Amino acid sequence: MSLKSLTKTWEPMSYGFLDASAKREIRRKMLKAIAVPGCQIPYASREVPMARGWGTGGLQVSCTLINPGMQVKVIDQGADDSVNAASIRKFLARVSGAPTTMNTLEADLIQSRHRIPEEKLREDQILVLQVPNPEPLRPVQPNMSIARQMHADADYGRMWLQLYEQIVRSGRVMQGASYPSLVNGRFVMTPSPIPRWDVPKMDMAAHLTILSAGREKRLHAVPPYTRVEPLVFDDVPYRVEEHAALTCSRSGARGFFMNEIPQGDGTSTYEVSDSELGVKTIRCRDGEAAQVGETWYKSGEMV
Amino acid sequence: MTVVTLNAPQFVDTKPLLTARNVCKSYGDVRALRDVSAVVYPGEVLGIVGESGSGKSTFLRCLNLEEVPDAGSYSLDLPDVQGNLFDLDRYARRMLCATQIGIVYQNPHLGLLMNHSSSGNVAERLLVAGERSFDVLRDKARDALDASEFPLERMDAPPSELSGGMQQRVQLAKAIALEPALLLLDEPTTGLDVSVQALVLDTLKRLQQERQITMVIVSHDLGVIQTLSDRVMVMRHGQVVEQGLVDQVFQDPQHSYTQQLVHAKL
Repeated sequence: MSLKSLTKTWEPMSYGFLDASAKREIRRKMLKAIAVPGCQIPYASREVPMARGWGTGGLQVSCTLINPGMQVKVIDQGADDSVNAASIRKFLARVSGAPTTMNTLEADLIQSRHRIPEEKLREDQILVLQVPNPEPLRPVQPNMSIARQMHADADYGRMWLQLYEQIVRSGRVMQGASYPSLVNGRFVMTPSPIPRWDVPKMDMAAHLTILSAGREKRLHAVPPYTRVEPLVFDDVPYRVEEHAALTCSRSGARGFFMNEIPQGDGTSTYEVSDSELGVKTIRCRDGEAAQVGETWYKSGEMV
Repeated sequence: MTVVTLNAPQFVDTKPLLTARNVCKSYGDVRALRDVSAVVYPGEVLGIVGESGSGKSTFLRCLNLEEVPDAGSYSLDLPDVQGNLFDLDRYARRMLCATQIGIVYQNPHLGLLMNHSSSGNVAERLLVAGERSFDVLRDKARDALDASEFPLERMDAPPSELSGGMQQRVQLAKAIALEPALLLLDEPTTGLDVSVQALVLDTLKRLQQERQITMVIVSHDLGVIQTLSDRVMVMRHGQVVEQGLVDQVFQDPQHSYTQQLVHAKL
């Protein structure tokens, strides 16, 4: 047996852009993260042809998970057609040959920034979230070594202290995005900068969520059917954004998370943030064949 | 004619709350503590005096389970607290410190989160112990700050904006918020001017009388020890050189170092 027979033939590019050892490393770290829900697992974050902070963590996880049989969807702030989403989607398609889609129901792999789709995800779907700062304790403990000890001790008193002070100062919890949440009753995680509206979607969800921070070189996961509880006081209930009564000015969809569009006369109109949901609603209204899946929120209420 | 029966003197049958035996601690070649033992009974105040570097603060840090000594045992006579506390794991140690031991440091930066509000600092104690109701936290923080005579209109100001005396009051409120069995005071009034020192001492004295808190107070100021404590322990070079009732030790010091100390004060 010669050495040549054991080595692979030279290729100009490896499948899914990352080399085999990088993908193997990320796969192992993902398995670890799934085994310990909410625990941040460090990994060797590789260079990808994109600046740190633009979703390199999510992109590496997507590159590792992807195969030619997967339909890929990429979302940026709820929209499929923004520049960032379009370029990541194009890149993923180019390095893997995987077909792309905008339809949440058809997608097998969804990489997202700042939103979870409004349509319910299934067991066979994987959601990859891009995370800028994976450490929920950073605002209360700038020293990362001590923060890691606090995670090990489940010493999360200061997270509540942060909420206490927000209520004292402002009369309500001011944390708008990245709302700290307790995963499986053990680790507090930051669910990436998704709005408060999206956090309850993670609780006992059927799909696997992987949250990856490329710059901070850490990833964590919420496996299917895992408890995710936003941190709250017993006597101050968790509240999502008051978007239940808003109507989308373009599609007429109602009871979903909205983007505010300020108008010249000082008023504002609203547009559904999940752009694909808006497109489908318009298609249905115009009598085209489009199927809107089951949504997490029904008439503005989480079910 | 009434007959007065006189009872024969009896031994105190209360068990000591705190028992520390033969605590030793070295930092490299420096032997900070050599076989230091101490016993404190419930409701009693033990004072520890000694010069800088005599090991008194190290001993207090050992009692607060912040430092693990090289040898020795330490036990607290409390329900569901058993065995040598130096052997506890991190988690048990943290829970015990949070619920049963309160501490006031000389330097408020050690005991307080300077950028959080004062009431939040007190609330943090309760949060660590598992309190999760906002109203209860708010009320208990207010009560504790009130008990340590902190001006309540400033309860949401961060300690960094407060004066030294007020910072010590916040520390005290934090320490007593959970009504701990043991209160440790590490030079609580050093660095305050004399009038503020007197006010803080008044507060401590009143709290001790009202709540019968067991305290261990470390100071190099004999006046502070004399005002607050029942018994005193004199330390030098990591050893206890003399101990006894405050009046006895200060009026009739036996050890040459204590004699010097008392003389220096007068």
